[in-house]
Amino acid sequence: MIILTGNDLKTGAVTWWNGADWSLYVDDAVDVGEQAEEILAREEALRRVNVPYSIQATREDDGKVRPAHIKDRIRALGPTVRPDLTLKPQSPEAIDWVI
Amino acid sequence: MYSYDHYDQAMVDARVEEFRDQARRRLEGKLTEDQFKPLRLMNGLYLQLHAYMLRVAIPYGTLNSRQMHALGDIADKYDRGYGHFTTRQNLQYNWIKLEDAADILADLAKVEMHAIQTSGNCIRNISSDHFAGAAADELVDPRPYAELMRQWSSFHPEFTYLPRKFKIAVIAAEKDRAAMRLHDIGIQIVQNEAGELGARFYVGGGMGRTPMIAPMIRNFVPLDQLITYAEACLRVYNRYGRRDNKYKARIKILVHELGKDEYTRQVEEEFAHLLSQGIEPPLAELERIRTHFADPAFEDGTKQVDRSDPDFAVWVDRNTHRHKHDSYVSAVISLKPVGGIPGDATGEQIRIMARLAKQYSFDELRIMHTQNVVLPHVKIADLHALWTELETAGLGAPNMDTIEDMIACPGLDYCALANARSIPLAQRISERFDASDKTARLGELKMKISGCINACGHHHAGHIGILGVDKKGTENYQLSLGGSEAEDTSLAKITGPGFTEDGVIEAVDKVTDVYLEQRQGEERFLDTYRRIGMEPFKEALYGA
Repeated sequence: MIILTGNDLKTGAVTWWNGADWSLYVDDAVDVGEQAEEILAREEALRRVNVPYSIQATREDDGKVRPAHIKDRIRALGPTVRPDLTLKPQSPEAIDWVI
Repeated sequence: MYSYDHYDQAMVDARVEEFRDQARRRLEGKLTEDQFKPLRLMNGLYLQLHAYMLRVAIPYGTLNSRQMHALGDIADKYDRGYGHFTTRQNLQYNWIKLEDAADILADLAKVEMHAIQTSGNCIRNISSDHFAGAAADELVDPRPYAELMRQWSSFHPEFTYLPRKFKIAVIAAEKDRAAMRLHDIGIQIVQNEAGELGARFYVGGGMGRTPMIAPMIRNFVPLDQLITYAEACLRVYNRYGRRDNKYKARIKILVHELGKDEYTRQVEEEFAHLLSQGIEPPLAELERIRTHFADPAFEDGTKQVDRSDPDFAVWVDRNTHRHKHDSYVSAVISLKPVGGIPGDATGEQIRIMARLAKQYSFDELRIMHTQNVVLPHVKIADLHALWTELETAGLGAPNMDTIEDMIACPGLDYCALANARSIPLAQRISERFDASDKTARLGELKMKISGCINACGHHHAGHIGILGVDKKGTENYQLSLGGSEAEDTSLAKITGPGFTEDGVIEAVDKVTDVYLEQRQGEERFLDTYRRIGMEPFKEALYGA
């Protein structure tokens, strides 16, 4: 699947396109297929996202979305060396998902 | 140390308000990201993996307790409770909101700090010896010269859009503690046979994807021509440095392609022209600056360390440096606890270091390019009390210049340019070596880790260096041996095929085993490597 990601303009937080808005959670990301460029141009113009781009990802059996590249998996979760600063501070084992 | 005059303060204050307006216009949609990006970068504001990152300049690594305290407060107020000390003696905050950035710059300006020229193709923060003004072996304090160059290079209209970024280091000791010859310009303050002070210029060094050691192009530039000569070096670069290919745009490429002799000829020609233009600031200005760096009021006291506490004695042996006054030492505060993140300190730890500087070190601190902090002037009589407080704050690791004192860039955990993570390697290596008690047996072993070819982790200059690369979407690590950023500058050589994360940690263990087996006398790892060459290490790593 092709999903869209960028950073929030005000906070810089990593965000993912969920079909209607930008979510902090990669599992909300939707497959945009061939609409990627159109959505990216529109959303950036509306200042709803900063430097957005499209990436390859897979939806796993449990429904979770896994970006293809480790860099985007780190973006999706947070720094692997600071589990307390990730989106899942109560689940240090979430780091395993990145690697 | 230097304190702003009204010109400095007015410039910094004006820049804060200018950026506040630029950020407001970006948030209102009146500027696109393409328009805003160069403006934010001129103020040290990057967009990294998880958030905006702000890089704060710490000129030649010197700051006072009030400034350090403010850095801790900013970490707590605007970031997530910590800051990261960098390999250019700066500090980075990793979780900055654009809407807060101007307020942070305003808070910095209140304590005579800023983030100007910490990014972009301009002259970056001038770096220097972290023991400057304190070291027993220095000729003079190099910081007045670094400050003069900071003033010359700040907002220099001709050098705001260079072909590429430009880094300058200034030292004044034979021992190089600033990686001087791995800078675009390295300046060593020296004395000629007549006893006059002058500047020796090395030009065209650097790390990155094409590491080079700067050749010396002028043995002695009189101090009243220092700025003019630097200007000539920059002018030739600005005129002929390549702008068509960012990978070939650094001055090291120009010096290499022209050849040292031809580059030097052109600099000398430009220098002769500039001498007639009268651009050199009067020596009185240098003298004015020098008054800011006068020695504090040192007092005679005990010269002997009480070594009855063995843990304290280990820390003294490892983490103190000989001072020019024999009743004092410079104390290194390690930001490399076992398993910790190199260079990170919490807001509270930063404030504790500020308080300790005020209490024990005439209000002064220094940031090391090795991502540690120095209290430059500590009375020997106060050392035990200081160490006790550092231990309590988790800042007492006795590991300076050991394998546990690694440089590591933020790597793929934070940096948008990185290909692989650096910090987890540093953590695992320090844990492994500490647990095996091998660290002490290895002695001085400088290890440096970069997460990409840009080499912010100085891996080319590590006795052991590690470079993270992207191998078909997975992290892979190249090992290199034999680098040095000291006065015996050398570039490390790659051992061979790369390793996985687990594999490279095993590899580091193996090469240190080779060293321990082959070491003669008091040889350091680097000395043994230089004597026996790469082959024994390759054999241990890859077999016959």
